[in-house]
Amino acid sequence: MAKVMADAPQKGGFSFDLCRRNEMLVKKGIQLPGFRKTGTTIVGLIFLDGVILGADTRATEGPIVADKNCEKIHYMAPNIYCCGAGTAADTEAVTDMVSSQLQLHRYSTGRESRVVTALTLLKSHLFSYQGYVSAALVLGGVDVTGPHLHTVYPHGSTDTLPFATMGSGSLAAMAVFESKYKEGLTREEGIQLVCEAICSGIFNDLGSGSNVDVCVITKGKTEYLRNHQLPNPRTYISKRGYSFAKGHTEVLSTKIIPLKVVEVAEADAMEE
Amino acid sequence: MSTFSMDHDPSAPHSMGTTIIGVTYNGGVVLGADSRTSTGMYVANRASDKITQLTDNVYVCRSGSAADSQIVSDYVRYFLNQHTIQLGQPATVKVAANLVRLLSYQNKNMLQTGLIVGGWDKYEGGQIYSVPLGGTILRQPFTIGGSGSSYLYGFFDQAWKEGMSKDEAEKLVVKAVSLAIARDGASGGVIRTVIINAEGVTRNFYSGESLPLWHEEIEPRNSLLDILSSSSPEPMSM
Repeated sequence: MAKVMADAPQKGGFSFDLCRRNEMLVKKGIQLPGFRKTGTTIVGLIFLDGVILGADTRATEGPIVADKNCEKIHYMAPNIYCCGAGTAADTEAVTDMVSSQLQLHRYSTGRESRVVTALTLLKSHLFSYQGYVSAALVLGGVDVTGPHLHTVYPHGSTDTLPFATMGSGSLAAMAVFESKYKEGLTREEGIQLVCEAICSGIFNDLGSGSNVDVCVITKGKTEYLRNHQLPNPRTYISKRGYSFAKGHTEVLSTKIIPLKVVEVAEADAMEE
Repeated sequence: MSTFSMDHDPSAPHSMGTTIIGVTYNGGVVLGADSRTSTGMYVANRASDKITQLTDNVYVCRSGSAADSQIVSDYVRYFLNQHTIQLGQPATVKVAANLVRLLSYQNKNMLQTGLIVGGWDKYEGGQIYSVPLGGTILRQPFTIGGSGSSYLYGFFDQAWKEGMSKDEAEKLVVKAVSLAIARDGASGGVIRTVIINAEGVTRNFYSGESLPLWHEEIEPRNSLLDILSSSSPEPMSM
C-alpha cells in the first residue's frame, strides 16, 4: 500500500496513469477497443462430501459467439479448481499465474495446497489492479481443513458461501439455487442441481449457451466432467455425411521444390 | 432493443450498503451489523459477515467498498499478529484502532471504507473507536456507521444510556439494526452481533424472521395465494 506522491514520479509499484487517461478519453466520447468478454454462467455448491463447480461453454465477442465449446473451469491445483467469468484473457492469465505459484509452494512445503492460499493470492493480485483485471471467479476445493467455496470479484473482494453463482447468467442460476439448494445434498443431487442452474443460464441469458461442464471435487479425488450435458446438439446433419473418400479430389499436377542448403558463417551478430 | 435495463454490472465495485453499530456497556462492548452486500441493484451476498476478527479480543465492523475494507482488515490482522508475538501479550484495542487509522489515513486517496473497531483489554476495558472515510479516529461510548446509520442518529440520542447492562446493550443494538433494515434499502438480511468483555467473545445471530416488525411491515407468508385467500373481500359489490 504505497503512499501516492502527487508531484514526484513513483519509484516502483503500479502506475495507473494510462487508466486515468483512458477514463478521460471515454468521458470525451472516444470508443476504446473491446476485449473478448465471456458472457457467462458459472456456479458452485458445497455438497455432502465436497464441492461441485459448473460452467457453460459459450465465449462471446460482443454479439458474436466466438467459441461454442470453450473451457471455463480452470485448474488451480489437483484439489482446487476455479470457474472464470469476465474478460477471457484475464481469467485465463490470473488462474494460470496463481496455479503456478501454488505448484511452487507445494514443491517448497511438500504439502497439499489450501483453498485459502489460492484465495489470498487471487484477491491480492486483483486488488492491486484496482478492478482493471476483470476476472470474476468461483473458487472451490477440498483441503486438509475440509470443503471450501468462495467468490472473488474483480476489485478483490471475496465472499465465503455454501452456494455461489457468477457472470451474466448469475441471476438466472441463483434463482434455481435459492429455490432448491439445501444442506447435505448427495453427489447425484448436487450434480443435478448444478446442471439445472447452468441450464437456467444457458436458456435465459443471451451471454451464456452451449454445453454444461462440471467438476466434482471430493477428499482425495477430482472428476472433471467435460461436456457433462449437451442441451444444444446440432439440429442439421447432412445425409451424405462429411467424410470424403480418398481420391475424391483429382490431383492435376505435382511440383516439388527442393530446399537449398545455405552455409552461414558463425559471426558475432549479437554484438554491435 | 432491450425492453428493460438490468442494473447488474459485475465489474462495478462491490459495496456494502450497510448498517454497523458499536456500543459500550459496563464491562465490555457490543458490535452489530446487518448482512447485505450489493452490486448496484443486485444482492451479491445476503448472509455476509461484516464483523471481522482482528485479534482474540478485538473485532472490526466494516462498511463501504468490500474489497477495500477486506484488504485493510487483512493487513491490520497481519500486523497485530506480528505485534502480539513480539510483545508476548495481547494487543490493546487502542493499538488495533490506531493501525486501522494509519492505513485509512495514509491511503485515503485509494480507499472507500469506514470502520468501527471494538474490543476489550485489561488496561482500559471495553472501547469503541470509529475510523470514518478520511482516516480520522474517534473514541466514543457508542457509534454508528454505514448507509443505514442516517436513520439511527435520533434513535441513539434518545435510547442510549450510560452504564447499560450487557443484555440491555445487545437489545439496543439488535433493535437499532432492525430499524435501519426496515428503512434502508441497502441494508438487510440477518443481524450479527459480537459481544466482547473480560470473559471473552460471544457471537450471536438473529434471523430475518425473528426481527420485530415496524411500521407498515407485514407478517411473512408462504405464498401470495395465502394472502389472497385468507380474507376474500366482496368483489365490486354494489
